[in-house]
Amino acid sequence: MLSRADVEKVSLLARLELTPEELERMTAQMVQIVGYVEQLAELKTDDVQPMAHALEVHNVFAADEVRPSLPREAALANAPHHDKEFYLVPAVLGE
Amino acid sequence: MSVLRQSATELLAKLNAGEVTSVQLTQAHLDQIKQHDGQVKAFLRVDPAAALARAKEIDDRRKAKKPLGLLGGLPVAIKDLLCTEGETTTCGSKMLEHFKPPYDATVIKKLKAADAVLIGKTNLDEFAMGGSTENSAYQKTANPWDLARTPGGSSGGAAACVAAGMAPLSIGTDTGGSIRQPAALCGVTGLKPTYGRVSRFGLVAFASSLDQIGPLARTAEDAALLLEVLAGHDPLDSTSVDVPVPKYSETVKQPLKNLRIGLVREHFGEGLEPEVEKAVRDAVEVYKSLGATVKDISLPHGKYGVATYYIIAPSEASSNLARYDGVHYGHRTNEKQMVAELADERNKLVAAGKTAAAEALDNPLVRMYRRSRAEGFGPEVKRRIMLGTYALSAGYYDAYYLKALKVRRLIRQDYDVAFNEVDLIVGPVTTSPAFKLGEKVDDPLSMYLVDLYTVSANLAGIGGISIPCGMSRNLPLGLQLQAPPFEEERLLRAAHMFQQATDWHQQFPAMVPKA
Amino acid sequence: MSEPYTIIIGLEVHVQLATRTKLFCRCSTKFGAPPNTQTCPICIGMPGTLPVMNREAFALGLKTAIALNCQIARFTKWDRKQYYYPDLPKGYQISQYDLPFSQDGHLEISDPKGRFKPKRIGIIRAHLEEDAGKSMHDEVSGQADSKIDLNRTGTPLLEIVSQPDMRSPAEAKAYLQELKLLLTYLGVSDCNMQEGSLRVDANINLHVDTPEGKVATPIVEVKNMNSFRAVERAMEYEAVRHWEVWQETGQRLGQVPKQTRGWDDTAMITRGQRHKEESSDYRYFPDPDLVPVVTTDEELAAVKSSLGELPAQMRTRLEAKYGIKPYDSDVLVSAGQGLVDYYVELADLVGDGKLASNWVQQDVMRTLNEQKVEPAAFAMRPKQLGELLTAIQKGEIDTSRAREVFLEMVASGKSAADVMKAQGIEKVDESELIALCQELIAANPKIVADIQGGKPQAAGNLIGQAKKKNPNINPGRFRELVVELVGKM
Ligand SMILES: [Zn+2]
Repeated sequence: MLSRADVEKVSLLARLELTPEELERMTAQMVQIVGYVEQLAELKTDDVQPMAHALEVHNVFAADEVRPSLPREAALANAPHHDKEFYLVPAVLGE
Repeated sequence: MSVLRQSATELLAKLNAGEVTSVQLTQAHLDQIKQHDGQVKAFLRVDPAAALARAKEIDDRRKAKKPLGLLGGLPVAIKDLLCTEGETTTCGSKMLEHFKPPYDATVIKKLKAADAVLIGKTNLDEFAMGGSTENSAYQKTANPWDLARTPGGSSGGAAACVAAGMAPLSIGTDTGGSIRQPAALCGVTGLKPTYGRVSRFGLVAFASSLDQIGPLARTAEDAALLLEVLAGHDPLDSTSVDVPVPKYSETVKQPLKNLRIGLVREHFGEGLEPEVEKAVRDAVEVYKSLGATVKDISLPHGKYGVATYYIIAPSEASSNLARYDGVHYGHRTNEKQMVAELADERNKLVAAGKTAAAEALDNPLVRMYRRSRAEGFGPEVKRRIMLGTYALSAGYYDAYYLKALKVRRLIRQDYDVAFNEVDLIVGPVTTSPAFKLGEKVDDPLSMYLVDLYTVSANLAGIGGISIPCGMSRNLPLGLQLQAPPFEEERLLRAAHMFQQATDWHQQFPAMVPKA
Repeated sequence: MSEPYTIIIGLEVHVQLATRTKLFCRCSTKFGAPPNTQTCPICIGMPGTLPVMNREAFALGLKTAIALNCQIARFTKWDRKQYYYPDLPKGYQISQYDLPFSQDGHLEISDPKGRFKPKRIGIIRAHLEEDAGKSMHDEVSGQADSKIDLNRTGTPLLEIVSQPDMRSPAEAKAYLQELKLLLTYLGVSDCNMQEGSLRVDANINLHVDTPEGKVATPIVEVKNMNSFRAVERAMEYEAVRHWEVWQETGQRLGQVPKQTRGWDDTAMITRGQRHKEESSDYRYFPDPDLVPVVTTDEELAAVKSSLGELPAQMRTRLEAKYGIKPYDSDVLVSAGQGLVDYYVELADLVGDGKLASNWVQQDVMRTLNEQKVEPAAFAMRPKQLGELLTAIQKGEIDTSRAREVFLEMVASGKSAADVMKAQGIEKVDESELIALCQELIAANPKIVADIQGGKPQAAGNLIGQAKKKNPNINPGRFRELVVELVGKM
């Protein structure tokens, strides 16, 4: 069963910060919901093709023709922190 | 009769006949918003000056006998999940409180080209995640029939504003029932088209393989008019299908002959309130009286719909919402404070000799992501991101996500089999009429089960429509019709037949004046 | 090899495909634009935007995969690879996971210098994916904000993953050179490493001979190699380092987590890179915004027939048809299709592949370099050069004078005949040559005695004297005459 530590690990993977109380509540709710969805296990699906799309459409392409990009000012307009040239983020060296 | 009670089709006829102007119509709806939206809270933003200016411009063109688009001056409300160029688009989230997209959604472009008057942006569950519109970061929308109750969700504002006479037409989105369920609970007509029928470009994604945009309106005829504007292939959306769009607004009036309708055995099990069941069975009698034959059918995997949906939708959502990291747009936490706190934590740990714990602390970038997202998202969005991240993570993918994709195919196959025998599937939209605000807030699973009758259509990718079919305790009830892929025309014609024979769609809550 | 181990190298190459626009939006991919001026809502990953696949990118990928002898998937799909980084605006990279469009191919490599035998390097897979943007960090204090430029975000990349089939740094370099040559011939990429159009990561470990048999050491991934030479050096460095680590620790494959190291080209060493704090769990799943691509047999056949001659086939043909050595065919083919075309026309004109090869490799290539022109734009066409080579073949001019004529032809644009005429070069009549030879033999009894005494090289002196008297003589023929006439004495 899903443990608090599992949920904590998932919260890092999902880049969410949870307070201890939120973590507690989240664990209980996820245990309940995961328990519910686990009913799918009772179905035999070995020979069933997964269905990722709701439609049978293939080969949709666009022509390789340049269209205008956004002016930089418009591109950066929604950024919380920029220097009119670049998006800025707190320093992290390397990867 | 007040213009606020008339259908869009009737209003359009009056506009074209010169009996009313777009400015008058727009003003009437703006007045209704001003008077009652303080309580209903259907709208997040209304710009009366811009709407009236637009209405005036259309009136001028009509006066000059210039050609007008299909909606020639009709007010339309927009769910705030659709991008409108240069205008705040929040998705009901604090994350996008100040976000102004530099583009219009394709449907917004189409509405503008059809000469709609965009009257305002409506409230929703944050990123369309929810069934009560209580998950909005800004306000809780009330049901115009009973302000203590939910209008449904996630397109709660979109349904409530039509029911409350604040807009004759409105645009919603449906990922698991988010058009049909609020339409049912508010007593309006709401259609979720086949997946691929309407372009999703500019619709902020919740679950990309399930999301569709559709109309909410007072009548099937109005929904047909609006769908005709929205539908069609879009080169900007790879999943929009290149098939011809019928002239819904014209064909909707043609009754269907020899209609074969299917009643799903599994729909009438436990949980369905007797009054809802009675309303649905009465509706079936109406169809019989109109010449339809009824067949008992089975969708054996339908009961797995909610479980399947609550794996697939959160999985896609966890990915779609990864972009909200406070780097390129959207909310970012107070950086200085965050960096200082982090340094403080580190120093304390080091001072206490806990070097391993100090090493394990997030780096500033990771902390920035986590805190920005924690501050920007509400609890339901976090829950779904967590569920989806878990379902896709190493070691669980096969058991959850892949399994759900397989069951999804079984659900689709059930429909394919059923539609060999019947033209339409008829059933309830919800197990009960509108529930009380706050009733299910602390019980996510019970909230998820509200989607029982609606999620299968999204999973299968087929269209469905909800039309008013009765009242229970002075609250509206909805009837759901489902049809094979790209048979929206059949849905609309069948819905219109019903509305010609009944007057459930002509019921209004008290706040909508009679004259 | 004397070392008690075998080096095992596999390479991952990312190639930027030569499209005009990005993989999923229509922003330009042109290099060098000011930061954040080649972006749009789609490649910034703004809410509600959707990707649409670039047709040309898929076509270029297909062409490359077929040229790499890959099996082409009749059904392929697009997956999201999820991780957080500021230069990845959607929080995921669109890539291919379990159903890449091509896999299981190979590329033949050989060494013209013969350091290793020709061999086949397996290709595990080649798949399409989008590039990330660029992050610039404050390398000095590490304190200032990092800067993000999204111009590169969404550029189409072809990732080509080799089998760990290379057994030496030289083989790794040869693989990269052959791959680059192939990509250049196909015109699918400009392969410019400075601009990041071709990037290489290497996986390396050793198979050490031990009394209990071969033992594999832990695999290390090496990054930051900015030239093929750097790859070769980094591999040489790593092989030695692995051997030392093995001797010190005896660590085997699987006993330690995979390490990533970065090559420092100045210090000529690799350095360990910091580990990510969570083990990478990319949560791949099919991208619901993109539909699969189905490829038919007819489409594959059409691409195959449009490929033209590839470098390996071209080398074989040149060697067989013109009798040149592998080293020469390698130089010609490596210089590109244009030079090969030039060479073939010249060789056919003069009917001597080796002569044509010498002149093209030396004089033509040098002049092309000086003038910085492509062979097709070179003013001296094979026909004109052919006239000069024919004069050599006929004995009208010797090679060293022909080189002077060549230079004059380049400088003046005149024909070989005109330059030779202006310089007074004409074929010396055989009888005139015999007379001159007899005259000099008579005048130089000492040299004649030397020749007769078993010093044939002494004839050189007579040739020198003859050239002074008549610069047009053919030195080869004159030597033959000296030997012949002295022999008769
Ligand atoms: Zn772009």
